[in-house]
Amino acid sequence: MEHIVIIGNGISGVTAARHIRKQSDKKITIVSDETDYFFSRTALMYIYMGHMKFEHTQPYENHFWEKNRIDLKRGRVKTVETTSKTLIFENNESLTYDTLIIATGSKPNKFGWPGQDLKGAQGLYSKQDLDTLEEMAPNNKSCQRAVIVGGGLIGIELAEMLNSRGIPVTFLVRENSFWNGVLPQGDSEMINRHIKSHHIDLRLATNLKSIQDDGNGRVKSVIIEETGEEIPCNVVGLTAGVTPNIDFLKSSAIETDKGVLVNRQLETNIKGIYAIGDCAQQREAIGQRRSIEAVWYTGRMMGEVVAQTICGNPRTYNPGHWFNSAKFLDIEYQTYGWVFSEKNKPVYEAHFHWKHDDDTKCITVAFHKENQQFLGINTFGIRMRHEVFDRWLTEKRDIDFVIQHLSEANFDPEFYKRFEKDILKTYQNQFQNA
Amino acid sequence: MSTQSHQNLSLADSKQLSTQQKVASGIGILGLFILVLALFNVNFPNRGLVLASALGLIATGAIWFANNAYLSKSKGIKNDGVWFKSISSRGLTGWITGIALTSFYIVLYFKPVWLGMGIDGAKNTGLIALFDPLSKLLSGNPASQWFVYGTLYTLAILIFGYKFILKYRHNKYEQLRTASVMFFQLAFAFLIPEFMARLNSDSFSLPYYDLKNIWPLNYYNFEQYRVDDFISAGDVGLGLLIFGLVSIFVITPILTYKYGKRWYCSWVCGCGGLAETAGDAFRHLSDKSTFAWKVERWVVHSVLVFVVLMTTAVVYSYLGDDSSQYWLTKNVFLYSVAGLLTIVFAGVLFFKRQELAKDAKLGAIGYFVIIITLIAMHQFGMRLFYFEAETLRSSYGFLIGSIFSGVIGTGFYPIFGNRVWCRFGCPMAAILGFQQRLFSKFRITTNGGQCISCGNCSTYCEMGIDVRAYAQKGENIVRSSCVGCGVCSAVCPRGVLKLENDSMNGRINSQSVLLGNDVDLMDLLNQK
Ligand SMILES: Cc1cc2nc3c(=O)[nH]c(=O)nc-3n(C[C@H](O)[C@H](O)[C@H](O)COP(=O)(O)OP(=O)(O)OC[C@H]3O[C@@H](n4cnc5c(N)ncnc54)[C@H](O)[C@@H]3O)c2cc1C
Ligand code: SF4
Ligand code: SF4
Repeated sequence: MEHIVIIGNGISGVTAARHIRKQSDKKITIVSDETDYFFSRTALMYIYMGHMKFEHTQPYENHFWEKNRIDLKRGRVKTVETTSKTLIFENNESLTYDTLIIATGSKPNKFGWPGQDLKGAQGLYSKQDLDTLEEMAPNNKSCQRAVIVGGGLIGIELAEMLNSRGIPVTFLVRENSFWNGVLPQGDSEMINRHIKSHHIDLRLATNLKSIQDDGNGRVKSVIIEETGEEIPCNVVGLTAGVTPNIDFLKSSAIETDKGVLVNRQLETNIKGIYAIGDCAQQREAIGQRRSIEAVWYTGRMMGEVVAQTICGNPRTYNPGHWFNSAKFLDIEYQTYGWVFSEKNKPVYEAHFHWKHDDDTKCITVAFHKENQQFLGINTFGIRMRHEVFDRWLTEKRDIDFVIQHLSEANFDPEFYKRFEKDILKTYQNQFQNA
Repeated sequence: MSTQSHQNLSLADSKQLSTQQKVASGIGILGLFILVLALFNVNFPNRGLVLASALGLIATGAIWFANNAYLSKSKGIKNDGVWFKSISSRGLTGWITGIALTSFYIVLYFKPVWLGMGIDGAKNTGLIALFDPLSKLLSGNPASQWFVYGTLYTLAILIFGYKFILKYRHNKYEQLRTASVMFFQLAFAFLIPEFMARLNSDSFSLPYYDLKNIWPLNYYNFEQYRVDDFISAGDVGLGLLIFGLVSIFVITPILTYKYGKRWYCSWVCGCGGLAETAGDAFRHLSDKSTFAWKVERWVVHSVLVFVVLMTTAVVYSYLGDDSSQYWLTKNVFLYSVAGLLTIVFAGVLFFKRQELAKDAKLGAIGYFVIIITLIAMHQFGMRLFYFEAETLRSSYGFLIGSIFSGVIGTGFYPIFGNRVWCRFGCPMAAILGFQQRLFSKFRITTNGGQCISCGNCSTYCEMGIDVRAYAQKGENIVRSSCVGCGVCSAVCPRGVLKLENDSMNGRINSQSVLLGNDVDLMDLLNQK
């Protein structure tokens, strides 16, 4: 029987396994060195904040795997020998495969800052990172201040986590406004204010120079590049993005760049070896997508697709309209289609921005300057229906239509206050009278 | 119930309490202390005033505490540290509270004398006597243990309801439904029945009737003494009796069709009301395993079968045989029950076979147990049961009404979560759930592909529904046990869930490949 081995028990690997099982009887083994069972990485923050226990982040009960005949193996793969189709583990065990799926995810970026490996300096990616954080920052007595370096989605989550335990946080962001490589100015500035309203010491346009040692190999403070200021702290969170976790493949015949290079079937240069999720890099980017997409949903979608291919129904990875979501402290964010920041905006893209007076809700709608086509929406503090925007994008609606019909897309709980009229009025004032 | 307020006060670790919260706690404890003194028979001079100050202090303490805990913070989800606090994570405080509550229930149900209940016309003493002035003010009668319980119960719903409304300051749905249970508890469960009692005289007597308490939750509604009372009270009584029947057979199905069972379970019901307010701090303790789900379905449906049989037997036992005296005889009654059940069962099998799927077996078993018992009743009369119908009723009252709903259902909030009764024991919930699963516009819609499988929704579902299992498949949640509390939707960090009433078509939609992926692939795999 064909043996499918999947390295990585994250969302991409597990989705692939589930779909292969749905369609076939092949032998499936999932390998991971992180945890025994699949858990949701996106929920790590809630464990630290006491909303959930670790077991709640496991989407399937433990008996699920046996029931579905998916073998789980704990261990770290050291090398992949593609000629003999063998995995060699750190402890020198080995495992042979017929088909291999690489789904090893990412690891936190470290840019060679002096002191980045001191005790107390850490990323937030794995279950082990969470355990380390629990050890280093259990409360505001052991950890009197934390400094977070890197203003992305994980950085803001880490800030919220530490904040929940009353640990003062200084948040160093390289950009001059939070996440403004992705968010348009209006959105980004609202989030800046929201972060500050939670008493987080947000430092924009500020870089880390070095992390100081207390003499015992532990973090004592950080030094700011621009000002030379020293900020005493016990924990430094390194959250300046992630890179594919593929060092173990460098010696193998599998072709890699930043990530594992794959074609549109998600297959690597070697037949029968696929890569999916955070660690995969498209040889050519798909549409306006990045060639490496480190998000939950794309990992899942690649898993759905690769399972088809492996089960004799070859498919290209052909994702639909882009979407994503996140939460910035108390403000939920969703996006459908493409809304680019001022930095990355194509010339034809124009924006309509509306913000509520309470400074916790806003939307930005992107459209084509020439033909008014609706390109995408960012929505903060108002939930919207994925299905509706997906349809409007496919139907290539224009912005007038979208603004007029916005109420169809509302997904807020019942009885919530609605803002469509106000949005429409603002829109008319900005564009139609102009 | 008097221990309920402890929970609030110990909700946060004492070291995390602000000065204001400490003072507020002190005030609340002082109020409780007065009640405890009364329990130990301290004789207060002016009971009315003392009672007012005790309840007033408890309320003031709780309200101040809640204001301080929530109003100073930003609006949003407030679940920080839930699993770290002893009270809400089955720690020592949790167990102590559970045991204290349970003991209170046991005394309340089985040893009211200890609370100071005067029996055989003797005057009340102790705690119950302290409540005499309030009871006299409302109904004109001295207090009973049920009056004391009812007052504390209502107080708990009001103060914890207030706290809940502050906790969900950003969520209109949560606020409105909480205001609604607070209103129904205060007006319908507490005040109106007391005022109705005021109307009673020697010639006119209405049974104690909480109008929103519908059979079968109100399992004794059709007992002889009540029916006699209803009938002898003329038009008003007859109206109430008819209202009782219409409630379950007409109003309930219509409202459940339009809004789902939430209209009752989390907007009106008193048991639900307490669970949602005082029990809110324990909602995450419900068991989410598939095993618990299996147990739930067997237990709750057995209770339903039990209550149907018990009620039938009770009504049957007091009806006559002679149709010339009254058209509704023992036999006519049995035939109508059997007929009604057969129509429902056949109708469901015919129209809803698909939705029913695995549950069909369960339904069939229940149906046949009832029909066979009815036939046996017809053949052997009440001899069938080795005991009287009244014994059947009182054992139901004891086992289900007291032990299950009170002692286990509420006493064990801090151990099993706040909806144990609603989930495993309530026959009303079973009927409403059946309607909700098969004939309702209500569902929880999943927002395309946005779920990140984080598990907040499942963790905070008080009914132990594994919401995530549906959400991560892009599937709507249509579950008979869902009480529509809306908390799964509230705690979801990605805006994935929405409670809504919409058309029945496509309500149940299992997806293989989720929105966001290749359109062709979605079509190919989802149509299967
Ligand atoms: C804190 C945090 C929050 C996030 N929030 C969001 C969010 O809200 N939305 C969103 O879209 N995305 C979010 N992400 C990103 C998202 O979690 C990732 O994109 C996704 O988990 C990637 O899944 P994956 O299956 O590709 O890899 P992973 O989940 O990283 O799984 C890879 C697994 O492979 C194991 N592995 C790696 N190398 C080896 C080896 N040599 N031998 C054995 N095992 C190995 C790893 O230990 C790991 O268990 C978040 C990430 C983090 C860290
Ligand atoms: S809370 Fe929301 S994102 Fe998390 S598992 Fe539930 S539906 Fe999915
Ligand atoms: S599924 Fe959601 S709305 Fe229904 S009971 Fe559970 S938490 Fe409440």
